[in-house]
Amino acid sequence: MKSKNLYPWYFSSGAIIIYTLFIVVPAIVGIYYSFTDWNSYSTVKNFIGLDNYKEIFAGDDVYLTYIKNTFVFTIFTTIAKTILGLFIAILLVSGIKAAGFHRMVIFSPQVLSFLIVGLVFKSLLDPNYGFLNNMLESLGLDFLAKSWLGSVAWAMPSVMAVDTWKGMGYIMVLFVAGLLAIPQDYYEAAEIDGAGFFQKLFRITLPMLMPTITIATVLNITYGMRVFDIIYVLTNGGPGYATDVINTAVYQAFAKGYWGMGSALSSVLFVVMAVVSVFIIRIMTRSEVER
Amino acid sequence: MRFRKLMIKTVLNAVAWILSLLVLIPFVVVIINSFKTDAEVNVLTLKLPEKWMFENYSVVFERGNLAVSFFNSTLYSVVSSLLLVIVVAFSAFVLARNTTKLNRFIYYFLVLGITLPLNYIPLMSVMKSLHLINSQFGIILLYTAMGIPISLFITYAFVHNIPKELDEAAVMDGCNAFSLFFRVIMPLLKPILVTVFVLNFMNVWNEFTAPLYLLNDVDKWPVTLAVYNFFGQFSAQWNLVSANIVLTSIPVLLVFLFAQKHIVGGLTSGSVKG
Repeated sequence: MKSKNLYPWYFSSGAIIIYTLFIVVPAIVGIYYSFTDWNSYSTVKNFIGLDNYKEIFAGDDVYLTYIKNTFVFTIFTTIAKTILGLFIAILLVSGIKAAGFHRMVIFSPQVLSFLIVGLVFKSLLDPNYGFLNNMLESLGLDFLAKSWLGSVAWAMPSVMAVDTWKGMGYIMVLFVAGLLAIPQDYYEAAEIDGAGFFQKLFRITLPMLMPTITIATVLNITYGMRVFDIIYVLTNGGPGYATDVINTAVYQAFAKGYWGMGSALSSVLFVVMAVVSVFIIRIMTRSEVER
Repeated sequence: MRFRKLMIKTVLNAVAWILSLLVLIPFVVVIINSFKTDAEVNVLTLKLPEKWMFENYSVVFERGNLAVSFFNSTLYSVVSSLLLVIVVAFSAFVLARNTTKLNRFIYYFLVLGITLPLNYIPLMSVMKSLHLINSQFGIILLYTAMGIPISLFITYAFVHNIPKELDEAAVMDGCNAFSLFFRVIMPLLKPILVTVFVLNFMNVWNEFTAPLYLLNDVDKWPVTLAVYNFFGQFSAQWNLVSANIVLTSIPVLLVFLFAQKHIVGGLTSGSVKG
């Protein structure tokens, strides 16, 4: 009785209402729209059942390419950011000079928008006037110069590299915090026993960092599956469909006025992420409780 | 032995500098080229400009519609972050204190949004039916909604660490729910609420997708959309585009420099056991 008066239920109503209206209702409405042929060319929405989904999974291979690209992007950027973030974090806590400066510099791209980072690299990677090809030529490495964002083979690796460049600082910060939480006595005891660098890394550091590694992986996966901005700015999904992911395809469907189809594509991503989310939230809240 | 240690130290320091340079060089290229003339910028290099074109910046400011979009971005960032801090503080307090089954469900329901993708096409029609499409108020509410999951997640954990005995003491002193919240809990939550505010401010300042879908009125565009449109018009003039990039990144870099502690604190809380 007392706690009811002290913690009134309506204190949480503001968050619930805003969140429901703008996040949950569109998701549900979107699933309904995904069963229609809603588009900008006619005023009637016809219910067409699973036709949109059939087209995605059994029709044109283009849609499967979007899904495949989304997974490729997610898997490679997750691995790259985790390994680089961990490597830089270990480097920065190993007692080198100006570690604070390096940490701030490497983190700084995280602060800028994807739009800005995208435009910066669009200029650096331009085949004609871009900085990268220029550099390679002046170093006598002309044969390495190429149309980074314009060739089918190199567009996806280039986009993933730019994304890793931006995102590794965030993961590094997580790992630095994780490393600083490991008690120093473990290392002292190991040194007395004569353990080398790699033994300490694999027997102490990595096992103790498992919670951080898990969270970093989870964050990278959820980000990777939803990626849009950086690809939209760098390549807009091209050349051809080389860098098209689910969310760039949704935007293209939106711009062309195929709203039912766009909703279906979005809903596929939503369902995948909803399943993944249950595991993710469990992992995140578990590390919370153990604290 | 001592020599070997010195060698290792030198190599490690060198690697750190190489990494920092890899991050810095793109910025340096953009800054240098933002001061060049149209002719000189034909090839992007690290060479300093022959003639420093400071006027690139005033050109960009006028032609890029930056006064209006700076105002809009500030409006969206500040108001949505304030609103977010208020609704999150209220709900985190109640949900963390009164852990009934229903409240636990509400908490997970709200936090689930950390991972779920936003569906912009139906969002558009929902906002249309609420008469909030293409409106500044509508986009502010949307940004607040987008900030709720992660902000609630970190604030909830913080409330948990405030001893419940304080509530009891406050009740003894005659507090009701509102005076307990405003006089006792809110002041204690201040550090985490500052973090929530700063993180959301930066997210909204950098956000690009929502206005792309939802705002078609130039006068309501935030900086990101103005920059993108400017790039569309002046994509051949990299000196101007570079000046635009530098100019629009300054506010968020300043926020970062002043609020570093809060930003890093917010990023790591909940993810690292300490």
